[in-house]
Amino acid sequence: MPTFVKMTRCDGCGECVDICPSDIMHIDKTIRRAYNIEPNMCWECYSCVKACPHHAIDVRGYADFTPLGSSVRVHRDEEKGVIAWRIIFRNGKKDMELLAPITTKPWGEGIPDLNTVDEPSDEMRNSHLLYNEPKYIRMEDDGGIGLHTLKSNKLVMKEGVYH
Amino acid sequence: MAYQTIIEDNIDVLVAGAGLGGTGAAFEARYWGKDKKIIIAEKANIDRSGAVAQGLYAINCYMGTRFGENNPEDHVRYARMDLMGMVREDLLFDMARHVDSAVHQFEEWGMPIMKNQETGAYLREGRWQIMIHGESYKPMVAEAAKKSADKVFNRICVTHLLMDESQENRVGGAVGFNVRTGNYHVFKSKTVIVGAGGASNIYKPRSVGEGAGRVWYAPWSSGSAYGLMIEAGAKMTQMENKIVLARFKDGYGPVGAYFLHLKTYTQNCDGEEYESKWFPALAEMVGKEYLDTENQHFSHMPIPTCLRNHAFINEVNSGKGPIHMVTMEAFQDPHLEEIGWHNFLGMTVGQAVLWASNDVDPKHENPELTTSEPYVMGSHATGCGAWCSGPEDLSPEEYFWGYNRMTTVHGLFGCGDAVGGTPHAFSSGSFTEGRLAAKAAIKYINDGKADGISITDAQIDKRREEIYKPMETYKLFRNHITAGSVNPYYINPRQGLDRLQKMMDEYCGGVTVSYMTNSKLLHIGLKKLGTLAEDWTNSIAAEDIHELLRAWELKHRILSSESVMQHTLFRDETRWPGYYYRGDHMKLDDANWHVLTVSHRDPKTGKYTMEKAPLYHLIGEEGK
Repeated sequence: MPTFVKMTRCDGCGECVDICPSDIMHIDKTIRRAYNIEPNMCWECYSCVKACPHHAIDVRGYADFTPLGSSVRVHRDEEKGVIAWRIIFRNGKKDMELLAPITTKPWGEGIPDLNTVDEPSDEMRNSHLLYNEPKYIRMEDDGGIGLHTLKSNKLVMKEGVYH
Repeated sequence: MAYQTIIEDNIDVLVAGAGLGGTGAAFEARYWGKDKKIIIAEKANIDRSGAVAQGLYAINCYMGTRFGENNPEDHVRYARMDLMGMVREDLLFDMARHVDSAVHQFEEWGMPIMKNQETGAYLREGRWQIMIHGESYKPMVAEAAKKSADKVFNRICVTHLLMDESQENRVGGAVGFNVRTGNYHVFKSKTVIVGAGGASNIYKPRSVGEGAGRVWYAPWSSGSAYGLMIEAGAKMTQMENKIVLARFKDGYGPVGAYFLHLKTYTQNCDGEEYESKWFPALAEMVGKEYLDTENQHFSHMPIPTCLRNHAFINEVNSGKGPIHMVTMEAFQDPHLEEIGWHNFLGMTVGQAVLWASNDVDPKHENPELTTSEPYVMGSHATGCGAWCSGPEDLSPEEYFWGYNRMTTVHGLFGCGDAVGGTPHAFSSGSFTEGRLAAKAAIKYINDGKADGISITDAQIDKRREEIYKPMETYKLFRNHITAGSVNPYYINPRQGLDRLQKMMDEYCGGVTVSYMTNSKLLHIGLKKLGTLAEDWTNSIAAEDIHELLRAWELKHRILSSESVMQHTLFRDETRWPGYYYRGDHMKLDDANWHVLTVSHRDPKTGKYTMEKAPLYHLIGEEGK
């Protein structure tokens, strides 16, 4: 379902150009609005549809297998932390509104800046642990065994078939 | 040409391609290298790039060790069963023992992960899968990467790695061009972590015209992980292990949640279960060790993905298609119906569009399934990629050369699709592999292994000339013709891609031949691929910077495809019926081929050499 851009809504701001993973949303030099330059390299990922501040971008299903007339629209709101979808069938018999969370925290605030966390100790460096481990990788009451190893799990590596 | 040369010097860790693997690498590198210069070069915009650009509705690799659900070795056994034994168990165990750390941190960062209300553990879709509202999965990990990196260069198509000229077989950075400005970018770096993607679109897709973009794996996954590393001389493994997906027809919407959570199932056109009737003959092909028809169904051992594909393909070829997913029962429950739709909106919106436009309401109609064209990648249910060192405490000596996830090129690391032999990593496992590679890369630098790298201007200038040559070719010959795209002196990237897809399809087991190939076909295919590679080098033309991007993506796809053909030719057996068949060796052959395939392409001559590497399996100490 390649994207298309509505002439009366697009103001040529370029948000879609900036976000498109396939580099196919470009600004037309004559009309100074965005358009899809290469529909057969469009994945229907909706990145541009979600990013457009004017809801100027929509999708018309791939011509080789999609009849006209249905609609799948979206509004993504980072501040509210939700994404809202509306699906309308071609025959109009089904009209669904679906809402999903996109984050449980104010956007980006739960992510640590590793520049500001303590430098790893030499012991940590020489271990096989990663940042923030051994938290989460063991049962909490394992007596502090830490990382799983062949030894801790009573395993060996053997060459040849396993069966 | 007026494009500037922009040099970024003194980089410690260059992340080339920042999907889930690359963002994990950039994030973690900062912890181990507080004083290090960490740079990301990404073809698109890291907020929406890679395979997870549109989001995910599940995390398919989570052990749940803290809830007592699984240990790492359980996942290793599952992955090796699914891949018919052909996996790197050291790398898999290593990924599995760390992956929960990544997933729980995602939750801390704000990822909405569904919970099992009774146990408090994450809501399971299957033994390894948990359910998430992951529309913003990619922007979220991108935030983490941005906080760690010194600088993110978006819209840089990395075309080549730079090689050290003072020490053989050592990396020294990468080069590429900006797909907006056209400028030439040089990144001089002590280490490079390749987080670029696997390969979609190297096989002729089932769809035609516009629909060619509705591939299963993202169309921007241009095999750059392989193209970059192969050209630098890194050894590759299991590149013959292409993957075919059974998915909802045309939209390629995912089926995992449908099978596992919604408990839907498949049937043929007559409403019959069809898999079991194909299994006795299949067990003859692969052996009882891999498909035990008497016991497997009853013991609830999962059937390997490729073998289920085999039954699907044979049923369709016997005239009993289409195969339907029986949704009409589950979808009577409004809650499950909603999950069914959310599942698509969260990761494959196109499938929702397709059903809406065709008035397919799975509550009243069982949708069709299909088997896709093949893909070459290393993080889903297959393990193509570079031959990498494992960690010191797990790996036998054949698998270990000093630094975790380092390829056979010094200082060149991989994660995600780039690392071979590690299927079933998926998003969380790829992110974890990036973290592991980053820790190892910092150690490599601190050990002094990157000292004294020398990159001459001659190397930088040579690459610059190569990069822009397609635009020169266009200018030189464009006015030889009146108008249009037919020119005896050049082909454009789309024409080259069509040629590649046709030959891969017909000679290397694509959909139009029911995934069948043989030695004779592969020899012809390699010859044709050779001329395509020649035409690319001499005669590819790019009208503008966007086409230049497509030209270089094609180059990486051609390099990937050559490796796939060489590996497919080398392995004289049919190891994964349902992924592809060697018609001249229709049986699985453990006596000769219970090994990993490893290839090397000589960067100077382009000549391939193939070898077998031993397979090590994890077993309990009692079986020593």
